[in-house]
Amino acid sequence: MSDLLIRTENLVKTYQMGEIQVHALRGVSLEINKGEFVAIMGASGSGKTTLMNLLGCLDLPTSGEYYINNIGIHEITPTELTKIRNQMIGYVFQNFYLLPRTTALENVELPLLYRNKMSHHQRIRKAIEALTTVNIANRAKHFPNQLSGGQQQRVAIARAIVNDPMFLLADEPTGNLDTRTSLEVMTIFQKLHKEGKTILLVTHENDIARYAQRLITFRDGRIISDVPNKNPQNAEYDLAHLPKLPGDEE
Amino acid sequence: MSIIGIIRIAFKSLARNKTRTFLTMLGIIIGVAAVITMLAIGQGAKKIVEDQISSMGTNVLMVTVNFTRSTTNVRQAAGSGTLLELDDVFAIRSQVEGALYASPVYNSFAQLKFESQNWRTGIMGVDTDYFYIRNMNTEKGELFYDSDVENGTKVCVIGKTVADNLFGDIDPVGQIIRIRNIPFTVKGVMESKGQNVMGGDQDDSVWAPYTTVYARLLGRRWRNMMIVVSAVSKDRIPEVQQDILELLQNRHRGTTSEEFLVRSQTDIAETASKVSDTMTILLASIAGISLLVGGIGIMNIMLVSVTERIKEIGIRMAVGAGKRDVLLQFIIEAVAISILGGFIGILLGFGASAIVGNAMDWSIAVTPFSVLISVGFSMAIGIFFGWYPASKAANLNLIDALRYE
Repeated sequence: MSDLLIRTENLVKTYQMGEIQVHALRGVSLEINKGEFVAIMGASGSGKTTLMNLLGCLDLPTSGEYYINNIGIHEITPTELTKIRNQMIGYVFQNFYLLPRTTALENVELPLLYRNKMSHHQRIRKAIEALTTVNIANRAKHFPNQLSGGQQQRVAIARAIVNDPMFLLADEPTGNLDTRTSLEVMTIFQKLHKEGKTILLVTHENDIARYAQRLITFRDGRIISDVPNKNPQNAEYDLAHLPKLPGDEE
Repeated sequence: MSIIGIIRIAFKSLARNKTRTFLTMLGIIIGVAAVITMLAIGQGAKKIVEDQISSMGTNVLMVTVNFTRSTTNVRQAAGSGTLLELDDVFAIRSQVEGALYASPVYNSFAQLKFESQNWRTGIMGVDTDYFYIRNMNTEKGELFYDSDVENGTKVCVIGKTVADNLFGDIDPVGQIIRIRNIPFTVKGVMESKGQNVMGGDQDDSVWAPYTTVYARLLGRRWRNMMIVVSAVSKDRIPEVQQDILELLQNRHRGTTSEEFLVRSQTDIAETASKVSDTMTILLASIAGISLLVGGIGIMNIMLVSVTERIKEIGIRMAVGAGKRDVLLQFIIEAVAISILGGFIGILLGFGASAIVGNAMDWSIAVTPFSVLISVGFSMAIGIFFGWYPASKAANLNLIDALRYE
């Protein structure tokens, strides 16, 4: 569990908003090993979303170096970047970002479609597998608007893991969910982590961060603390002991 | 990503918006159908012109004085200057080897009268050869004879239009009509020939022996005439044309070859088919404009579609779609709309051509050429008008697209 997966060296991101320069990241150096479950915390405006965009290769840094598995992301071509997004990273977004009018199965299939050399059958099999992992295979033929928020997020997680990425990147995955479904989603993340997945979780909720093993806190574009969480909460346990509210379904 | 995969994605997203896809397609459908139908109508019209010309006899030559010749710089009135004479006809018959028949044609215009009915029409004074040259036969009764021509008998044959207007239900054969008050016996009614190339009614005419017309109707004064000649075969037409010109030049001293015109049906046919080609191009261009408008419709919808799907594009890019994948997806969507629309348009064009053909009783043919043109054109339109929206989609910034609300 000690091999290095992610390394950033003095990452800087500056946005030009008209006349004003906004310093979103002011030099972030960070190392994350394979198999870690990291929560990146901070208030809004602290730069954590910008870091998430950079780590997810959705955006490029103004300066600084970024390596995934020793590949220098800051110096590769757009085509290679596309490939990395497709095969090395799985994204889970706050607003799920599922394609509308497209079934859960087809949504999960999407990253596989942009990958060559896979037959239709292989794709379906892998997509079903991923849906089964997150316990939503029974909704495969449903459209996103026929699913609840928690179910949509599980489909999104299935889409993130379908390509066996090197790490999962979750941006406020529970931001739009109630306590119960948030716990369900965290249960899934903990389960995936137990299976060996590296997970980066961006959140501003302390309650959610407690389930991770390492807490990195941001303020004003800098890391202000980076501490291990010796006793992470167990989401599955918390879910089982959640006080029942009237109207809650079993 | 493979092309087939992108095609699958493109079709899926078209299928997700069936109504919009169909409405966009409608522009191309109508455009292609219009082009095909217009080309078919143009071809049909051309064929009809060609049929009419060949119905006049393909070996026919018309000899006239060239009134518009430029040798003197003075355009002279009809009847002045050099004129054709009857002897020219006889000379052509005896001296031009490739000439099979030759007949003078005296044209006149007169009031016809039968009992209380009146009809004003053209009178042609012709020899019996004329009917062979023009390949004309009687429907009722018979033609006049050489003896009628020799004796200047007051007989005539009439066209169907004349018969209908003057006689109605009465059988005209054997009846006596008055042409400028001179009584003529109707020997026969000609078979209907329909309209000529210029749209004139070929059945609205009376034919009488040229001797009679010359003596009785023209008062022996009006010498101007036209000569119609038929060549032995079609391929000898140029030779006969040349021979007639030389003969006329020798017979009329001091004239140049420019003073006479010997026109073949092919010359006339060429002019006529040029006219109908121009018509076809005109019709097809108008239809082409509707195809262009259809193409702009595609671009319009594709632009709306790109804006509407900015987020979708962001998601696709985030999970691994490259610029090329997005570009191709949108171009393929545009091309699919235009090609599918093109095919439906072709079917519609076939249908419309058949309906027009039936209604106008034309033999309208959709040519493979027009089908090919329409398909090629609609495909080009798809690529051309799909390119801009597609490149707009492909060049979206990932983060902006993903966070777009």
